[in-house]
Amino acid sequence: MTAWRRVEEARAGWLMAGPALAAILLFFLLPAAASLVLSFTDFDIYALADIGNLRFVGLQNYQRLLDNPLFWKAMTNSLLFVVIGTPFVVLLPLFAAMLVNSRWLSWRPLWRVALFAPYVTTLVATSVVWRYLLHTRYGLVNYLLSRIDIAPIDWLGSPTASLPAILLFVGWKTFGYNMIIFLAALQTVPSELDEAARIDGAGRCTRLRHVTLPAIAPTLLLVSLLTVAAMFQLFAEPYVMTQGGPAGSTVTILYFMYEEGFKWWNLGSGAAVAFLLFLCILAVTLVQLGVAKRGGAL
Amino acid sequence: MELTRRQLTGALAALPLSPALGACAPRSDAGLTVWAMGNEAASLPELLKDMRRPAGAPRITVQPLPWTAAHEKLLTGFAGGSLPALGQVGNSWIAEMAAIGAIAPVPKAAYGLLGDQFAAVVETNRIAGHVWGIPWYVDTRLQYYRRDLFARAGYAAPPGNWSEWKRALHKVKAAARGADYAALLPLNEYEPLTTFALSAGARLLRDHGGRGAFSDPEFKAALAFYKSLFDEGLAPLVSSAQISNIWNEFARGYFSLFLSGPWTIGDLKTRLGPAMQEKWGTAPNPGPAGVGSAAPGGSSLVVFADHQDHPAAWDLVARLLTPGAQLRFNALTGDLPARRSVWAEAGLAADRLVAPFAAQLDRASALPKVPEWERVVTEMQLVAERMVRGDHGVDEAAREMDRRADRLLEKRRWMLEKGRAL
Repeated sequence: MTAWRRVEEARAGWLMAGPALAAILLFFLLPAAASLVLSFTDFDIYALADIGNLRFVGLQNYQRLLDNPLFWKAMTNSLLFVVIGTPFVVLLPLFAAMLVNSRWLSWRPLWRVALFAPYVTTLVATSVVWRYLLHTRYGLVNYLLSRIDIAPIDWLGSPTASLPAILLFVGWKTFGYNMIIFLAALQTVPSELDEAARIDGAGRCTRLRHVTLPAIAPTLLLVSLLTVAAMFQLFAEPYVMTQGGPAGSTVTILYFMYEEGFKWWNLGSGAAVAFLLFLCILAVTLVQLGVAKRGGAL
Repeated sequence: MELTRRQLTGALAALPLSPALGACAPRSDAGLTVWAMGNEAASLPELLKDMRRPAGAPRITVQPLPWTAAHEKLLTGFAGGSLPALGQVGNSWIAEMAAIGAIAPVPKAAYGLLGDQFAAVVETNRIAGHVWGIPWYVDTRLQYYRRDLFARAGYAAPPGNWSEWKRALHKVKAAARGADYAALLPLNEYEPLTTFALSAGARLLRDHGGRGAFSDPEFKAALAFYKSLFDEGLAPLVSSAQISNIWNEFARGYFSLFLSGPWTIGDLKTRLGPAMQEKWGTAPNPGPAGVGSAAPGGSSLVVFADHQDHPAAWDLVARLLTPGAQLRFNALTGDLPARRSVWAEAGLAADRLVAPFAAQLDRASALPKVPEWERVVTEMQLVAERMVRGDHGVDEAAREMDRRADRLLEKRRWMLEKGRAL
């Protein structure tokens, strides 16, 4: 290849990628940098009225956040969502995907649609239905529990039950998306490998561990990365179901950021929360990548 | 003309762009847009329908906002320059809206609308020598009590001064079953403590709202009184989330007294059975020596700053404040009218449940009018809750409240120094 051709090719490449890169720069990198700058200021309603009232305060926003018990409460809640929610929202869809992928199941397309449907329905509409399902006195969930002699639980009103209730809802809602990704990955697993293992006398579990899981490991990594990020960024579900209550038990870090920024209008402090959240997600992602590399998924 | 498949596809692809085209059309400025909240927004079209207006007056569009999102919507509307001509604003938000320059002061020509009103409510809207909104309807918080349970303890109504009041609560508690209490003061609500503080004459903030005044003797007296109600077992250590149905618990006698606003009259009338209706009443708050105070509430009508020259805006406010409109508004919403003269006409002054609100509003005092107040008072209650749960003594709690308030008001002090704060 001549040097001139290489230049030509590079130019074509830049030309192709240019619009996307420009969009990323304009709509992602610039705002991200601006919000980092914002996090070093005390932008509040006074600054909103007159930009002359804006002051650079250095790391004061961060320092105050670290002193704020509500911030730590929100952080703990978000970590709980990540730690309890991620396995729940990754393993259940994996299991479901294997189920709807297996040959002995009849009406497979119907099952796939039924399980994917929650993901594409409107959040607010489903949250109304779930609020009925979780109602203390005439909810279906408590009715089913009463059949096995469990006293009614005030799902959305008690500080201990609200987090599992939201998780249940989130799990049900996002379940279909992960399932579809797993299903696509499962269909690329060569059936010869599976059959060969079976002829060699491998049982169901052994085949799952040594054939299926290694084949879909990169997908598993991808899904768990996406899920961790989504769990850290949980906002709409607690917002429509509980408004952060009761007693702040469902205030997630993003909900806290929303309140700082748009309820109290401390955009500087809100931007600092956003940046800390970014660092958290980055850290968890790096750990996950490290684990995956050691495990050979990449 | 035969449409080819390609033309059709192109047209379909361009469909999402059509709203953008609509935006290019010139906006008609002839109409007046009003932002209103909740129940008031639902009744406003009905009210406007029967209103007599001059010929050629601009068409009015009412845009309802839910109460839970109204505050954010007002601020984002200001940030985006999309506030309407006029709107309903909660009285406690006036200071904030005035501080950022979102609303226009009431012109002297409209001061007549303030004449026949509760002084404390008008005072709430007076900042830096201007009045910033015309009170539209009023409310405040006072005591709801169980008449039968107080009668059993030997009282026709809760007494007016603190020491008598507490003695009555002790008697109510002694006559009650073991697990029941005399009063409900939810630990996550700041209204009970601010009511006690206002009754004691506390100023809450000092130095033009630049610092907390929680270590003042008046506030400390209120704080100690508040703490004693829990320490002496008169009120349970619960937050409102732990009371799943406040009306039922009130009827059951779990507590015999709680503080709330006029909206609770309707709730109690519809939610409690007919046998209970004679068994509850309302009374003004107690104070250290005789009837106490309360924070005036309700909503005002404001004209937003970008539209202050709109000739029809203040005209519409005046028409919404006429006695006839106020009377109709009360009938539609049940809100308490801002104009005193309408109270008699609507039969409210003679209503045994509503009349105490007028008595209380006559003895109401305005809360500090600084934009940070909501945040300061939220922090105050967090400290108060820890105090009641035994983490702080009264003096220590007062110092902690001052410390937190001073931190929240730091920006305001800087603004005051520069002469930029209202």
